[in-house]
This record gives sequence, structure tokens and C-alpha cells, in this order.
Amino acid sequence: MQWEIVIGLEVHAQLSTSSKIFSGASTAFGAEPNTQACAVDLALPGVLPVLNRGAVERAVRFGLAVGAHIAPRSVFSRKNYFYPDLPKGYQISQFDLPIIGQGSLTIQVPTTTAGQTYKKIVRLTRAHLEEDAGKSLHEDFHGMTGIDLNRAGTPLLEIVSEPDMRSAAEAVSYAKMLHTLVRWIGICDGNMQEGSFRCDANVSVRRPGAELGTRREIKNLNSFRFLQQAIEYEAQWQIDTLENGGTIHQATVLFDSDKGETRAMRSKEDAHDYRYFPDPDLLPLAIDNEWIEQVRNTLPELPLSKQTRYVADLGLSVYDADTLTSSREMADFFEATLNEATNEAKLCANWLMGDVSASLNREDRDITQCPITPQQLGGMLKRISDGTISNSAAKEVFKVLWSEGGNPDTIIETKGLKQMSDVGAMEAMVNEIITANPAQVAEYRSGKEKVFGYFVGLAMKASKGKANPAQMNEILKRKLAG
Amino acid sequence: MSLSINDVYKVARLARLGMTEQEAQTAHAQLLNIFGLIAEMQAVDTTGIAPMPHAQDITQRLRKDVVTEPNQRELFQAAAPQIKNGLYLVPQVIE
Repeated sequence: MQWEIVIGLEVHAQLSTSSKIFSGASTAFGAEPNTQACAVDLALPGVLPVLNRGAVERAVRFGLAVGAHIAPRSVFSRKNYFYPDLPKGYQISQFDLPIIGQGSLTIQVPTTTAGQTYKKIVRLTRAHLEEDAGKSLHEDFHGMTGIDLNRAGTPLLEIVSEPDMRSAAEAVSYAKMLHTLVRWIGICDGNMQEGSFRCDANVSVRRPGAELGTRREIKNLNSFRFLQQAIEYEAQWQIDTLENGGTIHQATVLFDSDKGETRAMRSKEDAHDYRYFPDPDLLPLAIDNEWIEQVRNTLPELPLSKQTRYVADLGLSVYDADTLTSSREMADFFEATLNEATNEAKLCANWLMGDVSASLNREDRDITQCPITPQQLGGMLKRISDGTISNSAAKEVFKVLWSEGGNPDTIIETKGLKQMSDVGAMEAMVNEIITANPAQVAEYRSGKEKVFGYFVGLAMKASKGKANPAQMNEILKRKLAG
Repeated sequence: MSLSINDVYKVARLARLGMTEQEAQTAHAQLLNIFGLIAEMQAVDTTGIAPMPHAQDITQRLRKDVVTEPNQRELFQAAAPQIKNGLYLVPQVIE
């Protein structure tokens, strides 16, 4: 009998504000320890939190982007637990009245067939604002732990999904789409190495149609690869456990990326008794319609809308549309290229996803660091489209544009890459070839059609590779037929 | 709503408070009084009244997203029992 894997994700996206959520200390990454931890972050006596408008606005942007209800009134609560990197003894979070209610995210999940995807809608339960804790450093202090509170008070948006995902691939697609979206709308830099985007995965297994199984939560997955590996390992472990007659106990587990396995954390029985209550230091947060509409007016066109438009209006495949909207920069590049090479969406898509991406990957750059501008690329593609150059000549032009820059038309001119389309000249070449190779002509005319390739080779050589291949083939066929 | 002596010990443990049996008994009695007060309030008919998360019916003022706090590490760390390389040192907490 089959098992069904059920996954829900909690993502912590660090909001890209300059200052912290409740204090005026800087959030810049990589500063000397504790140089960005002010009296509020340290919980010194007598301080009070004051909420950062920029953090609220980013949460609203997100809510609008996932079609969620924005709470006109939300409340901050204290989540109580003791840990040295949490100076107040509680984290300010939101509990029963979060800022963002139910929404949804449409994802494209790759299938085992390359280039094929299927669409799925994942429901979002909620998203709420909270502060991050500091960092504990456990090495090199002779039995002591070092505490850096620079990160304490950094604004986070915790985005909680429904348990709607049924495979590691779906979970990864969802996480990637969310990652694209938060960068797209400019609320989070998405830097996973620096911890700006962290995933917790709730995983359970069940027989199809049965009640949800007991879940275990995998904490702090900071790469898509680890997310995939951790879910696959955990689901298999749960299936094996159940098939061997065991039971699953609710637990928090960590993923050991070196061993590729999940491991339960030793947990105290009271670990999850957080005794939430409304924070008396903070008043309810009110967001009026006017503010929501202001934010809505600054939202860019969203990836899903672009994808739909690319497929419906430009005739691209869902896979192409999905790839081209993997970041806002990529989509902008594509549209600017298409602006030059009008009506050549497929050609633009092929070059962007092909030669451009491959060259970027080779040099470990992203699209914002592309040495070729969309105007240059589009200018070149325009010349493929109007028949001035062949695809192989375009590759030459591309190489020059990449390494030296310049104007595509000038490069075509100086490198002599123009395709020959002078029919008279091509016919003359073919006549010469036929005269010079009577034996092969006779062979071809007696039915050995394989010899045709030989003539194509000679013709392309005679034209120094510049002949328009389709035109040349047509002339060859006509002349050889006699 | 009633509160057992075990509840008192549990809450004390969560709050990292060490309590003697005598102290727990005293706290238990005091907390039961508070629970009594709550029970009295629960008896009031609050149908149709939205719960207030704060005693004052006003909303949060927001600050601009600007950095206003300078680095005062030396000042703050002057009060710390132990520091090293800019870090606060605490007894090891790793499990």
C-alpha cells in the first residue's frame, strides 16, 4: 500500500529594513559583535519597543502579493522562553491576531520529464511579524558560550503554509516561489547563507485519504538542497518506522547535512509551553485602507501575472515563462530584450535561457552582472530575425559582445558575418560546383541522395559559411535535379 | 478554574524560580485568590464586547525606518560580568 507525504512549511524571511523592528539599531549584516545591539535590543531596564513602520509596510506588501487579508488591527504578543541570546526572556511575536491572514501562492512543480511542470496552489495560513534572537557561539570559550546580539531585534516575517504539499519537490517549488516573491516585491534580500530566508518543514505521512499523521518539525533549513534532502530522509524514516510497527512522536528535529539525516533534538517536556500573552508594552497595530491602497500602488507586476501573460500573449511555454520570471531582474531583462527584437519572444527566451544563462553560470554571475545589455542582445536577435545573420554567426557576435562589448551591427559588418542572400551569386557558386564534380552529380541523379550532404558542404565552404542555409539548399536541390 | 500545587511548581519551573515547599504553599494561596477575582469577572456578561489586548483603547505609533542608535558597545559591556572579543560570555548552554 502507498504512503502519502504531507508537508507544511514555515518560512522566516528577514525584512530588508535599515533599522530593527523595535529599535533604531542598524540591521546591516556582518558588523563586529554587539556593535549594533542598543539598549532596547539588550533589554536594559526602562526601555520600550517602538514599532518600525518599514517592517509593517513590508508585511503589507507581502499580504497584497499573496492575495491575503490584511488585518485592520493586529496584536503583538510575548512568547516566553529562556535562552541567553534572548535578553528579554521573551520574543515579541504575534499569536492569535497576526497582521496577515489567509492567502495563496501558485507554484509550478517540475516533473521527471525535463522542461515539464504542473501547477499547484498552496494555501497560506497566515504571516506574522516578529523579532529575531541573537546568536550563540559555542566554540573556543573554555566552557563558556559567546553571545552576539547584533541580530536580536531584526524584523522577521514568519510565513506559514497549510499542509498542502505532497512531495519534497512540491515543498522546494513552494520555497523557491516564496523566495522569488519576497525578493520580487523588495521586502527581503533572500540571502540564504546569511540566514535571511530560513525554512522549517513540518513532515508527516499517512495512508491516502486517512487522517493526518503525527508530524515532526525539521528546523532551520537554509538551502533548497537541504530542504529536499531533509524531507526525503524524514519521510522515509517515518514510513520505515510505521511499517516496522513503530509510532511517530511529535518532535523537533535537526538536519545533519554532513550525514544527510534528521535527528531529534533532546527536548524538555516544557519546551513548547510559551505562555503567550499580549505585550503590554505595545498597543494594537492599526492599518487603514488608505495605507493599504498606497502600498498596493507601489507593487510591481507580480510573477504569476507575468507568467500568464508570457504564455497567453507571447506564446511561450509554461516552463519558459516560469524560468524567465525566476527573478524580477530576469523578467525585466527579457522584456527589455523583447522591446528591441519585437515579436521574437521565443528567440529572446531561447537566448536568455541558453547562451546568456550558460555564460553567466560559467562566470558565476547573475543577470544583474550581465556584460551584455538587453539593447545589445535584442539588437543582435533582430538581425537573426530579419535574416541578416545565421544562428551560428550570431554565436560569433555574442562572443564579441560578451568579451568586448560594442554595437551588434558594427560587429556583423567588421567581422563580415552577414548572411549571403544574393540568389544570383549563390546560383553561380552552385553552377561552378556542379561543373567541377560530374561524378558526384551523376551519383546523386542516379538516386544516391546521401551525396546531397557533400554538395551542401561544398556550397557552404564556397560561401565562407555565409550563405543562408535554407536558401542554399533550395538552389542546390533545384540545380541538381537538372 | 482551579489551580493545583503542581501547577504552581510547573509555572515556577518555567519562570526559572526556585521555590521551597513553604513558598509554593504561600504562592498557591495567593494565586487562588487571584483566580477567585478572575472568576468574579468572568461572571460579568460581556456578550458583544470585543476583547481589548491593552488597557488603553488607542493604537500603536510607528517610527520611521532610520538608524538612530550609535554603537555603544563599550558602555553596555562595562556592566557585563564577562566579555571576550566583543561577545558577552555566559555559562555554556549547548545541550
